[in-house]
Amino acid sequence: MAVMERVFGERIGSILGEFTGKIRQINQKYAKPTITLSRGAKFSLLALEIYLIFLVALLAYKFWTIITGGT
Amino acid sequence: MDLLSKFYFNYSKLIKTIKIYLLLAGPGLIVMIADNDAGGITTYAATGAKFGYSLIWFLVLLGPVAYFVQEMTVRLGAVTKHGHAEAIFSAFGPFWGWFSLLDLTIINWLTIVTEFIGMTAAMSIFGVPPVITVIVVIIVMFGIVLSGRYWTWEKITMAFCLVNLIYIPAAFLVHPSVGDVLRFGLVPNFPGGFNGTLFFFMMANIGTTIAPWMIFFQQSAVVDKQMKEKDIPWGKFDTIVGALFTIIVAVFVVIVTGTLLYGMEIQSAAQAVHVIMGTHQWVGTLVAIGLFDAGFLGAICIALTSSWAFGEVFGWAHSLNYKVKEAFWFYVFFFFGLITAGCVVLIPGAPLVLITLFVQVVAVTLLPAALVFLIILLNSEEIMGKYKNTLFDNIANISIVVCIIVLSTLYGISTLFPNLFG
Repeated sequence: MAVMERVFGERIGSILGEFTGKIRQINQKYAKPTITLSRGAKFSLLALEIYLIFLVALLAYKFWTIITGGT
Repeated sequence: MDLLSKFYFNYSKLIKTIKIYLLLAGPGLIVMIADNDAGGITTYAATGAKFGYSLIWFLVLLGPVAYFVQEMTVRLGAVTKHGHAEAIFSAFGPFWGWFSLLDLTIINWLTIVTEFIGMTAAMSIFGVPPVITVIVVIIVMFGIVLSGRYWTWEKITMAFCLVNLIYIPAAFLVHPSVGDVLRFGLVPNFPGGFNGTLFFFMMANIGTTIAPWMIFFQQSAVVDKQMKEKDIPWGKFDTIVGALFTIIVAVFVVIVTGTLLYGMEIQSAAQAVHVIMGTHQWVGTLVAIGLFDAGFLGAICIALTSSWAFGEVFGWAHSLNYKVKEAFWFYVFFFFGLITAGCVVLIPGAPLVLITLFVQVVAVTLLPAALVFLIILLNSEEIMGKYKNTLFDNIANISIVVCIIVLSTLYGISTLFPNLFG
């Protein structure tokens, strides 16, 4: 909180500090997933992670082709 | 006398049933009709103009698909009393929770921009400047949302849903050949063979029928309406009625453009309206009103989805049953999204086409995740109890979800790389 206030000024720093505190609180509240995952569910989540990495790579490639003048 | 009393008994039973339905109707009907938003109407208009009536059968097939996905949110909301965002945080932890919440917020905001594009384009046909449209729309939405009761918001929004049916009289006014509609529309066929263009249009229609915001919206609406487990059959029926309406509207849009614009390349619904106005002024007027209404419904529902999701996760009061001072951040978030999205449309030279394309690509990153979470949650006995998916539910839902993931991914990729599929 003190670091935020030093960097952004007292008012904004305090708001940002509260906000980051809230996010920390949410992360702690949901830190332990409540659902028992079956083997199929674990596999689905892993497949989802790979899928998202693939999509992000594709978006990055598209961005790269745009900035380098490709189509 | 006996016959008369029997008739009276059956009549009052029917009236009672309708009254119960009208009390419990809402989330399913609204989410399905709002799904025919400005982007949806554009997709249907372009489909009709490109392929005539030939893809009507495909749209009809999408009705059950939409129902099966959305029905799961009714059960999940009624049993857990939590919205989808909170359910993901709680069940899968902060990583998937933040991913879903932030992705949803970005997609929703971009989609609201496209709704404003549709609304301003529709009103410009009547000579209303975009700035007036944006201001009036936001003021009207203020009025609807700040009524302080979910019930009031829901019933006013349902009245806007009725306006969405304006495409039905519009289709009758263009005098389509019923024989052609039945012959070419209802018999499955692939006009011109199964090529890249046809594939792109089919994927676009799937993309517009199932959107990530719909899953979050209906579950939150079920919670805000305080539906209980015993209301699940009504919630399912409401979703069936909604799916029916959404497909009817889609089919009638295709009939209008398939009759008047067949063979033309249509890039936006506004362009279709302009062309129709030249020859059929009344039809053009109805289509323009329908486009405005579609954008309006989409914007109000999608903005609400983000507010509900953030409220659930951040622990703010997040119900339309609260007054502004009781749920300050919920309403601030709602209007902040609306106002900023409306302002983007007013920026001269804003990349609106790019934003429209970007929505389709970003949606592909969230839709599969939201669907996978939905299936896993619905299969959890500890969460759903006796309302968990049956074997039949799983066969239907998993097949649908796999198809949607594959096709929406190909759609996103073909938007990024337009020449990939020929």
